Amino acid sequence: MHRKITVKALTLVFFLFSIAIFANDDRKTIDEKTLHTEKTKEQREKEVEEYIPHHLLDSHDFSLFSYTSDEGEHIYVGFPLPVILWDDGLTIFMSSKFHHGETVAKSGENYYKLDHGKIYKTDAAGTIIFDEAHHATNTKPLDFSITKNVFTVMMVGLLMFFMFSRMARAYKKNESMPKGMGRLLEPIVIYIRDDIARPNIGEKHYKRYMSYLLTVFFFIWIINLFGLTPLGINVTNNIAITFCLAILTYLLTTFTAKKDYWKHIFWMPGVPTPMKFILMPIELLGTFIKPFSLMIRLYANITAGHIVLMSILGMIFIAQNWLGGSLSFLLAMVLGILELLVAALQAYIFTMLSALYFGSAVEEHDHH
Amino acid sequence: MEGLNFIGAGLVVIGAGIGIGQIGGKAMEAIARQPEATGKIQTAMLIAAALIEGIGFAALFAV
Repeated sequence: MHRKITVKALTLVFFLFSIAIFANDDRKTIDEKTLHTEKTKEQREKEVEEYIPHHLLDSHDFSLFSYTSDEGEHIYVGFPLPVILWDDGLTIFMSSKFHHGETVAKSGENYYKLDHGKIYKTDAAGTIIFDEAHHATNTKPLDFSITKNVFTVMMVGLLMFFMFSRMARAYKKNESMPKGMGRLLEPIVIYIRDDIARPNIGEKHYKRYMSYLLTVFFFIWIINLFGLTPLGINVTNNIAITFCLAILTYLLTTFTAKKDYWKHIFWMPGVPTPMKFILMPIELLGTFIKPFSLMIRLYANITAGHIVLMSILGMIFIAQNWLGGSLSFLLAMVLGILELLVAALQAYIFTMLSALYFGSAVEEHDHH
Repeated sequence: MEGLNFIGAGLVVIGAGIGIGQIGGKAMEAIARQPEATGKIQTAMLIAAALIEGIGFAALFAV
């Protein structure tokens, strides 16, 4: 027992030393470089600061990474996505025409240019006119492009469709025990049914909402997990996506609500009449605040997680020494594990609160 | 007064932190007292913590 621990401790010590030695080697080469080409610390800080919001935004192409070659040329690795514009008629072209905002794209007789993730209509030279607040004054065509987020949502949708339809077919054959993916996902499905839907919605109505709850749980979970891969996908920190998810919950609550739900909003039983008039607007406002908080919670949690993770990783490039590098790596790893938990937790909370709202909508009170 | 909104956001985050801390602490006490009710306590704890967290985030995004 003791020997095992000693061996492990020794391995760890050697491992750490080897890191320090290698890092020292790196540092020498970097120091030599610093004299000639490297940027100052302030410049690096500014670059990291600029990169973080850039990573959080949606984009018109699926870029995996980019770098500047020795000749000073920007090289992007990734693939373009289709751009669909409505500008007095449908315009479709690939986003590779923009060359990442460096050139003007010509389609038909119109010219378009990409600036900070937005498409503007320009003249042939691609001039964008800015006002005092640094907002572009060029006309913006309606943008229906398949952006990175849209592409990811479609991919996750397809993945879920194939995964779950295959599982459903397997269950139809009435096998006693699930195989493959089913073995992993069956406990989760049963957990959602027995611990989220049944107690919150009630035995009588829960079946109607199961399909929505399962879809929303797996969608948020899978898409959050994709956000943690190095693909640079970041869907749930787009507020439009969480808005759509929240509006689905709101519509389902509103349109499946029973009489008692509306009665409790507009004419709360059991309170004095003057109080009813005070409670009515508060309760009505509450129906909007509930989905609004769903939207903000998911969006803010994922965005905050990504910003913190990116900032810690950015420390490597700002500090540029072995201590800063290994420290930020360790911190990022611990935070990455925490983010794995958050990815599942946010999906769980969204499903749980949706079930709670559905439960309040179909609840039947008996007043004495 | 420049920068006062940051102080306000900080105060809100402190408040939210105290609130979530209270929830976590009380939930642990409750679990220690009644280990058989762990599942239910955890669910209620997570919901309450999520609701408070929403307020904290709202403050951060209002800055």
